[in-house]
Amino acid sequence: MPFIPHTERDVAEMLEAIGIEALDDLFDEIPAGLKLGAFAELPPALGEAQVTRLMLERAEADGRYLNFCGAGAYEHFVPAAVWQIVIRGELYSAYTPYQAEASQGTLQLMYEYQSMICALTAMEVANAGLYDGASALGEAVLMAVRCHGGGAETRRRVLVPRAVHPAYRAVARTLTRPQGIELIEVPFDPGSGRTDLQALEAIDTAGCAALVIPQPNYFGVLEDADALCRFARSRGLLAIGLVNPMAAALLKPPGEWEGGGADIAVGDGQPLGLPLSGGGPYFGFMTCRQALVRQLPGRLAGATVDRDGRRGFALTLQAREQHIRRAKATSNICTNQGLAVAAATVYMALLGPEGLRRVAGRCHANARRLARLLEAVPGVERLFDAPVFHELALRLAAPAAEVLRALEAQGILGGVELVPDYPELGNGLLVCATETKEEEDLRRFADNLERILGKRIKPPPCAMKT
Amino acid sequence: MTAPHHLRYSKTHEWARLDDDGLVTVGITHHAQEQLGDMVYVELPEVGRAYKAGTECAVVESVKAAADVYAPVGGTVVAVNELLEAHPEQLNQDPYGAWIFKLKPENAEDLKRLLSAAQYQSMVDADEG
Repeated sequence: MPFIPHTERDVAEMLEAIGIEALDDLFDEIPAGLKLGAFAELPPALGEAQVTRLMLERAEADGRYLNFCGAGAYEHFVPAAVWQIVIRGELYSAYTPYQAEASQGTLQLMYEYQSMICALTAMEVANAGLYDGASALGEAVLMAVRCHGGGAETRRRVLVPRAVHPAYRAVARTLTRPQGIELIEVPFDPGSGRTDLQALEAIDTAGCAALVIPQPNYFGVLEDADALCRFARSRGLLAIGLVNPMAAALLKPPGEWEGGGADIAVGDGQPLGLPLSGGGPYFGFMTCRQALVRQLPGRLAGATVDRDGRRGFALTLQAREQHIRRAKATSNICTNQGLAVAAATVYMALLGPEGLRRVAGRCHANARRLARLLEAVPGVERLFDAPVFHELALRLAAPAAEVLRALEAQGILGGVELVPDYPELGNGLLVCATETKEEEDLRRFADNLERILGKRIKPPPCAMKT
Repeated sequence: MTAPHHLRYSKTHEWARLDDDGLVTVGITHHAQEQLGDMVYVELPEVGRAYKAGTECAVVESVKAAADVYAPVGGTVVAVNELLEAHPEQLNQDPYGAWIFKLKPENAEDLKRLLSAAQYQSMVDADEG
């Protein structure tokens, strides 16, 4: 249906019908002092060419940084075809159309997306996407509690390693606390940066519903996911995998972890074709075992046949959704990020399993190379000795914030400071190298870091006491 | 016949039958399944749990809706029809045969407070009229 704005005449007729003279009369209850009036501060209008010029200037002022930040937001190469396809009119919407079954293309895309996410994680069912990775973790915690049922033995505690992304933990806490769910922190081993299995064994898991298993964890460190999953099984806990989808292309996927695999696996889909753009939009993916599908929040697209036997797609399990069952929906905030999911679907389809593996492999190779280069810099040491995927934690001989500022002046975003979230890791820095980095980029980072640290860690003058 | 005479009915569209063993068998009415459409899932109550009359104890889901099933009389659930988990469509095919759960009633006399078939039928007719 075309959008037809009201003509002056339409407006006049409507005003007459309700018996008022002017549109402003509709707002006469609002005291004049509260009305803003004309926007006096607005500059005069600009032509398109002028706007383009202005935007290019502003973009330049932002600079073109060499980026080594990760911490949940990863710079990957996105083939131009991804967004060229996604901005087609049929796909260019964040929303699922109403009367969804009339939009077979959208539903097919969701179905393909779900299938690919299942293949990537080796899980049985995936929903059509959630708001972001952090809220997906929150939903997974709520789901795990629901899966244990409302029986006499209520389990409202969930074990969340301290090595899980701090922002994810904060979001999960916000989403679950009002439901009386307690998140129990599991410490990490200060030597390896891995979740401390011994400490985990010592925790009284009575009343616990699940264990969250990050792979890799916030420090980029590869957890012993098999051991954590076995532990969860042995204590009757659900295993919630929290995985980077790019890493999942290379590592043993959550569905194949020992002890029967993860029960639920979630993560952020940003690495799959979404550019870094000022903090979003991202999307969360969420998967589970078939047996738990009734408790999975969000929408699912299913494949079926019509009465003539032709293949078709439909939204399934809708009765758990908030538009049908508000109070008893599995979630009321399971925002589906249609456009971001479309981009991820196209990205995965273009690369294929082998392409994803190659990108992931190059990420890992670059991270190892970066680790070697940085470790050789005086005043830099690895915080943890465990293997990593594409991100690693360092300890600097000077305050990380100061070093980062100095690097920024050289056009380098040198990573993410660990101190605010992990005060115990003084001067900790989290650095990341994806497939986008070339050898010269890595060297430029290492050389600049060496120069900056060299200045800061000069031996103090003799007059000063150390 | 859409409301058999030997059963009692709740205003919330459950049927209840007092059996010889003193248990009350509960299901949903023909009218209820017709309104909901093709059933896809039944969430059964927990055996051993006690419910007051009028409290929700099960959920039936159709393709496009979900509805609570209420205990028509107070009592403890002693059996659930597990066949429905795999075959929820039985609620459509045979609503008065496909029972959902059996209660051991606190007081069998409470059944008398439920609607008769004729009362239930006229309630449904009134709703539709």
